[in-house]
This record gives sequence, C-alpha cells and structure tokens, in this order.
Amino acid sequence: MALPVDPNPRLAQYTHPERLVTTEWLAANLGRDGLVVVESDEDILVYATGHIPGAVHIDWQTELNDPVVRDYVDGAGFAALCGAKGIARETTVGIYGDKSNWWAAYALWVFTLFGHPDVRLLDGGRDLWIADGRELTRVAPATTPSEYPVVARDDAPYRVFRDEVRAAIGRIPLIDVRSPAEYTGERTHMPDYPDEGALRGGHIPTAASVPWARAAAADGTFKARAELEEIYLAGAGLSADREAIAYCRIGERSSHTWFVLRFLLGLPKVRNYDGSWTEWGSSVGVPIVQGEAPGSIEAA
Amino acid sequence: MTDLTPTLSAIVEDFAALTERERLELLLEFSENLPDLPARFTDHPELLEPVPECQSPLFLAVELADDAPTADSLVRVFFSAPREAPTTRGFAGILHEALDGLTAAEVLAVPDDVPNRLGLARAVSPLRLRGMSAMLTRVKRRVERALTA
Repeated sequence: MALPVDPNPRLAQYTHPERLVTTEWLAANLGRDGLVVVESDEDILVYATGHIPGAVHIDWQTELNDPVVRDYVDGAGFAALCGAKGIARETTVGIYGDKSNWWAAYALWVFTLFGHPDVRLLDGGRDLWIADGRELTRVAPATTPSEYPVVARDDAPYRVFRDEVRAAIGRIPLIDVRSPAEYTGERTHMPDYPDEGALRGGHIPTAASVPWARAAAADGTFKARAELEEIYLAGAGLSADREAIAYCRIGERSSHTWFVLRFLLGLPKVRNYDGSWTEWGSSVGVPIVQGEAPGSIEAA
Repeated sequence: MTDLTPTLSAIVEDFAALTERERLELLLEFSENLPDLPARFTDHPELLEPVPECQSPLFLAVELADDAPTADSLVRVFFSAPREAPTTRGFAGILHEALDGLTAAEVLAVPDDVPNRLGLARAVSPLRLRGMSAMLTRVKRRVERALTA
C-alpha cells in the first residue's frame, strides 16, 4: 500500500505533488511500513558518513548502471537490486541525495523506466535535511530482503537515444541544462569535474540553454511553479502539448530538469537523453553548434 | 609487490584482504584520517594545485625538504578536499600515508598503476578511480620539476 501523499500545501502548486515530499513529512513518516528511504549520491561514500535513519543506499555507477554495456540494469538486475534493499513493487520509495538531488533524480528516473508505481523525491535533498538540523546516523538499516518482480524496462516514454535526438532537431524543443561554458563549447565538462570524454565542445543545434540550477532555490528545494513556468514555458518555449528532450553531459543533471518538467509542470511528453554530451560530442558526423546562439535546423 | 615501498605494500595488502564492502569502509577511514592542511596553505590557497580530474574539488601541494633538492630529499605531500567528498578524501588519505616522508627518488619510483592495485575498481567504479591516478601523476610531476628546477 502506498503511503498517503504529503499534504503540505506548498506542494499543491505542482501538477504531481505526489512525487515530492518535504523534510517534515519524511521525518514524521520514517520507519513506517511500506516506506523505503533511498539515498543516492554522486560520491559513493557520502552515505556511509551518515544517512537518514533507516535509509538504504543505491549507487548510480555500481548499482544502476550495467557494469559492461553503457546502459542501465535490466529487469532481472533491477529486481535483484530492489529485493536486496527491501523494496517491493508496492513500496513507497522516497529518494534523496547530495548535490541538489542530481543523483536522486537520476535514480528516480531509472525507477520510472521500470514503472515503479510510487517513487518520490525529497524536496531539498540531503543538504536541506542537514540544514534543518535533522538526525543522521551511521547505523546500518535493518533491511529485510523482499520479492521484487522482474519487470521489463520500458524506455520509450521517458528516454531518448541519439538517432531519435538527431531526427528531433527542428521538430522537438531541446533543452541543454549544462553550464554556459559547456553549452558554448568553451569546455566539454563542468568546472572542477572530471572530463568524462567528449571529443568536441558545443551543443546540439536548436537546443535552448537552461542550466539545471535555475530550477532550484537557494536551499535546494524546487522553485515555485510560477517561476518554473516563467523559465521553461515562457522562457524556453515548452508546452504541455508538445514533446521535449533534456540533456546534459551524462544524464544526471538533465534527470533533475526532467523531474521538474514531467512532475512539477506536468509536461507529459518530456524525455531524458542520457547519452547526452559524452555521446553526442564524441559521435562521428553529428551536427554541433558552438557559441551562445542555439543554431538552426540548417546547421543539422 | 617488490616494486612498492613497505607502506604502500602494506596498504595494498590490507585492501586485498578485505571484501568489497569492507574496502569501502577502509577507504572511509583513510578519508577521515586525512590530516588538515597546515596554516601556511589554508592562509594561501593559491599555493595549492587543483586536480580537476577528481570527482570533487581537490587541491594538493608538494614540498621538498632541501633548498637544492636531490633524489634523497624528503618529500612532504599535502591534500585538501571537502568532507562532503569522502571518496576523493579517501584517495588523498591513501596517497598521503603512502607518499608523505618518502625521498624524491622513492616517490618517483611509485608505479603509476598503484590505484588499480587496491581492488577498488569494482567497488567505487573505474571512473572514480581515475581521480586517484591523476593525484599521483601530479605529485610525481611536482617532484620531478623540483629536482630539475
């Protein structure tokens, strides 16, 4: 049985308030039957330094990614992962993480690929939980393994691949959520981050530059709906009746934006291009635009 | 393992004796034991070299004991990484324990593939491990430059 939705009125402004929980709600519901809290961070050891009491850990690189092919685990792998973490198909999963929830949103997106019915993000993530002065613990959770069914991953509604992106240029709005220097092509990775290997800099022709952080308030929570509409609808020209594609460098920051568009603004046809710049920027012959202008379909 | 210093040998053996999960715990211990920077660096962050290959911001500094350093000069190694980046700190902690106090010749003789001998590739992912290789490369480059300056 899914847990009740967080009734906090602040969440009611969003299209899918059931996809978000506040730190207050989570603190009040910790330990309830039917809820598993998951921490998902960029740094694999952050969880071990102290986590929300009872929370289990899922690492994006070693647990969600296939160890050989650049892809996610398959249905059997996901079932084994969830089973080991005590997650059943009917469990309410609440995910939080470091870095403004990038990896938490990424994990939530992967859960969505498997159609997990009830998966929610902690608004503000790990940092807000700590800023609130709430408890962290190093005590390992007492996890009872569960039976999770093998469900085939259904990528189509939420995930897009390179060739589809190429065919979408000029037809579907593209949102590039990387930093401005990555967008213009001045650099191929984030400042102070490892270069995960893109051979060319720039962006996909026609993509609008909307860095992911514009969706986040100073405390890491999502901005109010009116502000988000200003940025993505008025600003970037997206609308609920059109498709949209978000991308970044490896698909984590764009998962954050995907979450905003899909669940907070309710755009039903937005997908994440997880191949992102590390694929596009290294692909032979695909069109690339450098500089601040989005570029046109002719460039493609 | 004869190409490793006794300290490095011991670290490699410690990791090898553990399960993957325990290796992460040991890495966390190294992270927690990384000494703070001396004040002369915290007051002058411009003396530190950034290592952008790491997942999270990491800075390092290398000092050789003598004014006209030779292969026998003692090397001091300093690292700075935020507590919110325990994996990066852990790599720095291992290298600090392994390299600090060696002679310049000993530092330069440390094999470049040491990060891959800790059995961490699967536990933390090869991508994350690249940051540790980058730190080692930069320390060695700094020592080399000091000797030829």
